[in-house]
Amino acid sequence: MPEPGPPYRPGRRVLRGWGRTAPTAADVVLPADEARVAELLADPPPGTGVVPRGLGRSYGDAAQCAGGTVVDLAQLDWVGGIDEATGEVEVGAGASLQRLLEHALPRGWFLPVTPGTRLVTVGGAVAADVHGKNHHRDGSFARHVTALTLATPNGVRHLVPGRRGRGAAKAEDDALFWATAGGMGLTGVVTRATVRLLPVETDRMLVDTDRYDDLGAVMAAMESGDDGYRYSVAWVDCTATGRHTGRAVLTRGDHARREDLPARRREGLPRAPGTSRLRIPRPGPRHLLNPLTVAAFNELWFRHAPRHRVAEVLPLAGFFHPLDGVADWNLLYGERGFLQYQFVVADGDVVARAIDQLAANRVPSFLAVLKRFGPGTPGPLSFPTPGWTLALDVPMGPPALGALLDRIDEMVAEAGGRVYLAKDARLRPDLVRTMYPRLDELQHVRRRVDPAGVLRSDLSRRLGLDLDRKEP
Amino acid sequence: MLDAFGQPQSLVVLGGTSDIARAVVHALAPKRLATVVLAGRNEERLAEAAAGAKAAGVDHVPTVAFDAGQVDRAAAVVDECFAAAGGDVDVVVLAVGVLSRRELELDPERTAEVVTTGFAWPAAALTAVAARMKAQGHGRIVVLSSVAGVRVRRANFVYGATKAGLDGFAVGLGEALRGTGVAVQVVRPGFVRTRMTAGMSEAPMATTAEAVAEAVVAGLASGAPVIWVPGTLRWAFAVFRLLPPSVWRRLPG
Repeated sequence: MPEPGPPYRPGRRVLRGWGRTAPTAADVVLPADEARVAELLADPPPGTGVVPRGLGRSYGDAAQCAGGTVVDLAQLDWVGGIDEATGEVEVGAGASLQRLLEHALPRGWFLPVTPGTRLVTVGGAVAADVHGKNHHRDGSFARHVTALTLATPNGVRHLVPGRRGRGAAKAEDDALFWATAGGMGLTGVVTRATVRLLPVETDRMLVDTDRYDDLGAVMAAMESGDDGYRYSVAWVDCTATGRHTGRAVLTRGDHARREDLPARRREGLPRAPGTSRLRIPRPGPRHLLNPLTVAAFNELWFRHAPRHRVAEVLPLAGFFHPLDGVADWNLLYGERGFLQYQFVVADGDVVARAIDQLAANRVPSFLAVLKRFGPGTPGPLSFPTPGWTLALDVPMGPPALGALLDRIDEMVAEAGGRVYLAKDARLRPDLVRTMYPRLDELQHVRRRVDPAGVLRSDLSRRLGLDLDRKEP
Repeated sequence: MLDAFGQPQSLVVLGGTSDIARAVVHALAPKRLATVVLAGRNEERLAEAAAGAKAAGVDHVPTVAFDAGQVDRAAAVVDECFAAAGGDVDVVVLAVGVLSRRELELDPERTAEVVTTGFAWPAAALTAVAARMKAQGHGRIVVLSSVAGVRVRRANFVYGATKAGLDGFAVGLGEALRGTGVAVQVVRPGFVRTRMTAGMSEAPMATTAEAVAEAVVAGLASGAPVIWVPGTLRWAFAVFRLLPPSVWRRLPG
C-alpha cells in the first residue's frame, strides 16, 4: 500500500501546516538515506536554516522554514523486525504510525501511544512528544522510545536514555535525548528510533460510554474513575451555554482480550485498519463551518451518545482515529484553514473558565477533547504536564478570535499551564518563556549540538526561540 | 513571522507619515508588532510618526527618508528599509501618492510629477520588495489603492489614473508571486477624511483612516486579495463600472 500523503517533489515549494494558515516557501529535500541526512546537517545549504518534516500534521508552522531547507523524511520509512521478547522495534523516522501498526498488529503488538491520527511519522511523534488517551497511565511517546539516532550539525548521535552509566558524556546524551523529545526538530533530525510496543490479543476495544450534562460532572467522573481504564477521553461541547456549559461524552476503555469477543471473532489475526478511501477533493466553501452548523452538529452528536453503556466492542480505528476515515478532512475548513488550540493546566477551574469564554463568545468549536494527563517527561519542551488538557478545532476567524485566545493564553500561563507547540500557530511570543520555564535547558543543548544556529523553523522564529545565526 | 491571523512582527511602511499609514501602525502595534521601519519624505514628520509608533508600544522604529520623485533610487530605498528592519520583513505597506487639485489646468510638468510619485516610484519599489520577499519565502505586500482608480473620473483623473495603474500593477504582481509564499493585498478605500483630502468636498460613503486601518488588520487575517473600505463599495462599484458615461459624469462626489 502506498504511504499516505506527501512525499513532495524536491525543490522550492510552498508548505503549510495541517491547519493551512501560514504558508511559506522553502527548498524541500528528500534524502534517500541516513547518510544523506547527516551530510546535509554537517554542511547545510545556504539560507534561513534547516528543519525536518514528516507527514505535515503539525497544525501550525513547526515543519516549515521560509527561505531555508525542509528535510522531508518520507524515504526513511522502513520498519525493522519486532523483538518478540521485549516488544522493541526499530523504525526509520519517516515511517508513519499507520505503517508501523500494519506491521505490528498482525503480530500481536500495538502502538504504546497513539495521537488522534495514525498519519504522523515516528520522527514527528518524538519531535512533538505526542500523547494519547492513555497519558494518565502510560505517559507520552518518548517514554516508550528506548533509543534514538539523531543527526545534528555537530555529528550523528546514538542516544539510549535508559542506559546505565555515569559521567559527563552520559549526562550530555540524556540531556540531548530529552531536549529532542518534544523539541520540535530544533535539536536535530531524528533518523531512526527504537519503540517499545504494547502486546494486545485482538484488534478490538472494549469501551464504556457515559454522557454528562455539564463540565463539573464529567470532570468528577474522570478524576474518580480514570485509573480503572488504560484509555480515557471526554468530548466536550464548547458551543453549549447556560446550565449545559461543558456537557460531555466520556469514553473509556481498554484493548479487548480474546475472551471478550464473540466466539466467531476469536480466531484469526488482528488486522490493522486500512487507509481511507474517502477524500475531500478541494477546500470547502467559506463559512461551511459556522456557529450554527457547528452547534447543530454538536447537538446531534451529543444526543446520539448513550447515557450509559458498558463493554461495547469497537474497532480500533473508530476509537482512536475517527478522523482518519476521511483523507484531507482539514480542507472542510475552507481556503482560510483552521486553528487547533490545546493547552494543559493543573487547575480544572481554568478549563471551566476557558470553556465559558469560548461558549460566551460563540466560538464555533467542534467537539473539544478533554483529558487528564499524568506525569510528564524530563523534556524541557515536552508539552504534557500533570493536569487537564483541552484541545479544540476552530475555523480561522477575525482578529477578535485571536484576541480571545490571547486572553485564554494569559489565564493558562498565569495558572502555570502551557499551550502545545505542535498545534500552535499564533501564541504571543513573550508567553512562551512563562509556559516553558526550562527553555534555557533546551538552548544550552542546542548551543552544544548546533553552535552555528542552523536548526530553525517558522515556529521557532515566530516565537523567538532561535539562537543567533552565525554565518560560516 | 506572520502568525495564523496574518499579524506581522516586522513591518515596513513606504509613505509612513500619511494618516492612513499611521493608523495602520497604531492598529497593529498592540498585537505582535516589534519592529516598524517608517519611510517618508519629510524627516520632521517621520520623527513625529516614529515617536507615535513607540508610544503605541513598538520597540524598534527606525526611519528612512526618501524622495518619490527619484525613481532610480526606489530599489536602494527598499534595500535601506530591509536593512533597517534587521531581519526578514513580514509585511510591507505602500501608501505613497499625491492628489493634484489643479488637474484641469492640464499642466504637463505637474502631471509628470503626480504620475511619478503615484505610479512610477511605487511600481519600482514594489518590484524591489517582491524580489526581497521572494527570497525570504514569505511576506505580504499591502498596496493602498483607491476607488478613484476603479473607474477614473474627471474631477481627479490624473490621481485616479495613477491609482488605476498602481492597482493593476499590484494585482498583476500578486499573480506573478503565486507559489512563492508571498501575497499581495490591494486596499481600495473610498473617500478618506485625511490631511490629504482636507478642504475637499466629501464623496458619499466617506470613511476615516482608522476604519481603513481596521480593514487592513482584518484583511491580513482573511488574506483577501482586495479589501474595499467600506465593504459596501465593492457592490457600489460593481454597478458604477457599468454605468454609461453620461450617467457616471453626473454622479455627485
